[in-house]
Amino acid sequence: MKDKEQLVELFKLKAEAVSAVVTPVTSLHQAFEYVVDICEKKEACQLLASGCEEGLSDPAQALCETKQDKVIAAPGLTKKLFKELETAGKGKGFKFIQDGLRNHLGGIDIGFTVVDYGLAETGTLVLASKSEETRLATMVCEIHVAVLPLSKLKATSSDLEDFLLASFTATPDYTAFITGASRTADIERVLALGVHGPLELHILLWEDK
Amino acid sequence: MQDAKDLNQYKTELRESLNNEFLRSAMDKFAVAYPAARARAFGDMDVAALVADVARAKDVSVGQMDALYAQFKAKAEAAGATVHLARTAHEANEIIASIARENGVKHIVKSKSMTAEETHLNPHLEAAGLNVTETDLGEWIIQLRGEGPSHMVMPAIHLSRYQVSDLFSDVTKQKQDSDIQKLVKVARRELRPKFVQADMGVSGANFALAQTGTIGIVTNEGNGRLTTTLPRVHVALLGLEKLTPTLHEALGVLKVLPRNATGQALTSYVTWITGNNQCAPGPDGKKVMHIVFLDNGRRAMAKDPIFSQVLRCVRCGACANVCPVYRMVGGHKYGHVYIGAIGLILTYFFHGREKAKNLVQNCINCGACKAVCAAGIDLPRLIKEVHARIQDEEGHPLQSQLLGLAMKNRTLFHGLLRAAKFAQRPVTGGTPYLRHLPMIFAKGQDFRALPAIAAKPFRDQWAKLKPLVPSPKLKVALFSGCVLDFVYPEQMAAAVKVLADRGVAVDFPMGQSCCGLPVEMMGERIAARDVAEQNVTAIDASAYDYILTLCASCASHLKHAYPRLLKDTPSVAYNAQQFSDRVIDFSSFVRDVLKVEAQDFMPGGPKTAYHAPCHLCRGLDVHEAPRALIGIGGMDYVQAEEEEVCCGFGGTFSMKFPEVSAEILGKKLSNVEATGAEQLVTDCPGCVMQLRGGAETRGMRLDVLHLAEALAARLK
Ligand code: SF4
Ligand code: SF4
Repeated sequence: MKDKEQLVELFKLKAEAVSAVVTPVTSLHQAFEYVVDICEKKEACQLLASGCEEGLSDPAQALCETKQDKVIAAPGLTKKLFKELETAGKGKGFKFIQDGLRNHLGGIDIGFTVVDYGLAETGTLVLASKSEETRLATMVCEIHVAVLPLSKLKATSSDLEDFLLASFTATPDYTAFITGASRTADIERVLALGVHGPLELHILLWEDK
Repeated sequence: MQDAKDLNQYKTELRESLNNEFLRSAMDKFAVAYPAARARAFGDMDVAALVADVARAKDVSVGQMDALYAQFKAKAEAAGATVHLARTAHEANEIIASIARENGVKHIVKSKSMTAEETHLNPHLEAAGLNVTETDLGEWIIQLRGEGPSHMVMPAIHLSRYQVSDLFSDVTKQKQDSDIQKLVKVARRELRPKFVQADMGVSGANFALAQTGTIGIVTNEGNGRLTTTLPRVHVALLGLEKLTPTLHEALGVLKVLPRNATGQALTSYVTWITGNNQCAPGPDGKKVMHIVFLDNGRRAMAKDPIFSQVLRCVRCGACANVCPVYRMVGGHKYGHVYIGAIGLILTYFFHGREKAKNLVQNCINCGACKAVCAAGIDLPRLIKEVHARIQDEEGHPLQSQLLGLAMKNRTLFHGLLRAAKFAQRPVTGGTPYLRHLPMIFAKGQDFRALPAIAAKPFRDQWAKLKPLVPSPKLKVALFSGCVLDFVYPEQMAAAVKVLADRGVAVDFPMGQSCCGLPVEMMGERIAARDVAEQNVTAIDASAYDYILTLCASCASHLKHAYPRLLKDTPSVAYNAQQFSDRVIDFSSFVRDVLKVEAQDFMPGGPKTAYHAPCHLCRGLDVHEAPRALIGIGGMDYVQAEEEEVCCGFGGTFSMKFPEVSAEILGKKLSNVEATGAEQLVTDCPGCVMQLRGGAETRGMRLDVLHLAEALAARLK
């Protein structure tokens, strides 16, 4: 047990070092409330996608204008859980989607996923992304909220070789390691978060067992 | 990019870079920040072991390149991808253009690929009527400016936020702020429609796993993920050296690559793609997936006993980050497409002699790149090797030929040095410096006073200096090297004084000559070999316990290069190993063998800074001994910033590229000045020459000494 706690601590330390927000939750329901909460209270959900307030060229502006709602995408959830998430956000005016993400390339506020594994050494999430909708949810969103079941937390990538090989062999396959938010230092080596992918990564540590 | 016609034009371009204030300050900040970030990222990991693992795994992969390709192709095609092998850059571009044609593609988005830069893919596709957009922020910026990358990982590092803001104002037709966070958001929004519109994505890849036919892509911005997801066609272009047998080796590289590149434990994204994934707009809802492997000389290189290690490179860019010359002149002048130490080498192979011939001369041989390389590549040596090959192909310049000829004949060479003593009389003005050099020699050399040739070389003083040791515990042969023998014999004499009365029998074998490093630096391989043979013959290694030298450059050359230079000369190959095994530097000898103690020296010495010669700290991995000796010798050691960064001397380098040398020296002296030290010690006569001359010209109140002199002066 002690080892497990240390692993969780290390994961938290490493994930926070790359500016992820790490919070414990006791149930998926609590995770849903978290999503609704940040979308509402912290005004993370905005009609205007990030960057759309800047002076843009006409085509870029046009794409901005296709975003008409506050959108929460959760493609990977079962129908039942998706209903639960919708219920948690009922009456708040959010749009919940599970598919057709290509119609929302102008902007998605929150992408919600339950990831497959976590790697403590680097604070990394491992997400099987065979589904195109899952990929888009985690790429196009402004905030990625990821639930990491603690039973799936490993020390290093070496502990995951079997899982990865099994994934790579069940072709076709798209597997993602995600460590922190999307970032760049291409202008004057100054760190900026949220270039093409999420501006924020929130990790919910779920004590699932 | 290299377009200079000759060395003179190249030097003119260097001068422009040296005068670019933004570039200089950006590079300086980076050079200081990078080593700290890297050290933090590795923490207490055993870096040397990780690097050795990468090197070993890469060597194995490179040795099986053809078999791995066949295996990868079978696996990836079974998973729904199409795999191509392009023999040349042109062929790769053609394959990609025809994939675009066959799929009715109009708009292409690209994520970062150095391999695509290597093949000059963009102009090729554009000429075929395709619209190509780079989506990596840095790549997009330089694409819009019509430039090449100035760094392999940060391609726009040469530009300021103001330049980017002007550029984005042009692109959006809206006035843009210079706030970096805002500029990044503008790029986010401007590039998003490009992704939406694109029907083909071109990416590079960092790994190709033969075991499963998987490619792995290491990125930070997330554009790589969009590029490989949104468009209905995906083409990955990568070099054959990216093939690895299994996932295991790739995970090993991943431990080192991001830490070494940007000081990150891991990049934001690592994407593993196998086969033709789900893609709504693709045929049957599947991606059209192509993987193009580029040969472009790699298969031949894999069989080259000297250069095959080049294929270990994981493109982390670190060899540029630590290079003192890159720091001064920037990537556009320190590479063509590939930048930094590895760029100097790859340019020759991928872009030709013409582009490489000036570049390879601009390496000071400080070894910083080798010490930081993620794959343990012996970069400085390979740079010299390319230089030598180019000279063999194009003919050797007269100057370098003459030097080679002179050095091969010791009596002639020493005769010339003696003659120089008389020739210099009118120019010394009675000081120990050359004051009034005729213009032809002095061009650009006035940044540091050059020492005069000594009145009497050490070899002529030896008979008088040789100590009498009745029953010696140790037998030591002194190897002086030319600078100590003919310019600074007093440093040798000081060393003899430190050794005195400690039971060490000291010899100075008269047949010794220059160590040969200067001729090797000039690309004169044959002369370098001949000189090595002379020295190994002149000093009968097995008659001594140690071969002691005060010159770090000589020591490192004798130790590392001699066995290699002489391995194919059966008569001396064995002796060369005996010889190099016995070579020791002054500091290690005095501290670890003689074990001198504080009570041997007078206390209360001056505030003393230290400069670590490249060939001592990196060449011989000696770090502690000289610093400890400063304290033992009763001096007050003060640590300067960047102690282990080159002083800019580099032998003939400072003659050939005086302006670059002067700038590197300037940095060094400012760091020393900031400590308030009264004295600066080091253990290489070349460094003494550079630093003492620089301090003199700058009018600093700073005594620059060889550690041997500093110690001898404080002996009780
Ligand atoms: S040896 Fe030094 S100067 Fe030469 S490429 Fe390497 S780091 Fe640069
Ligand atoms: S040569 Fe070494 S340091 Fe330079 S980019 Fe390649 S792996 Fe990195």
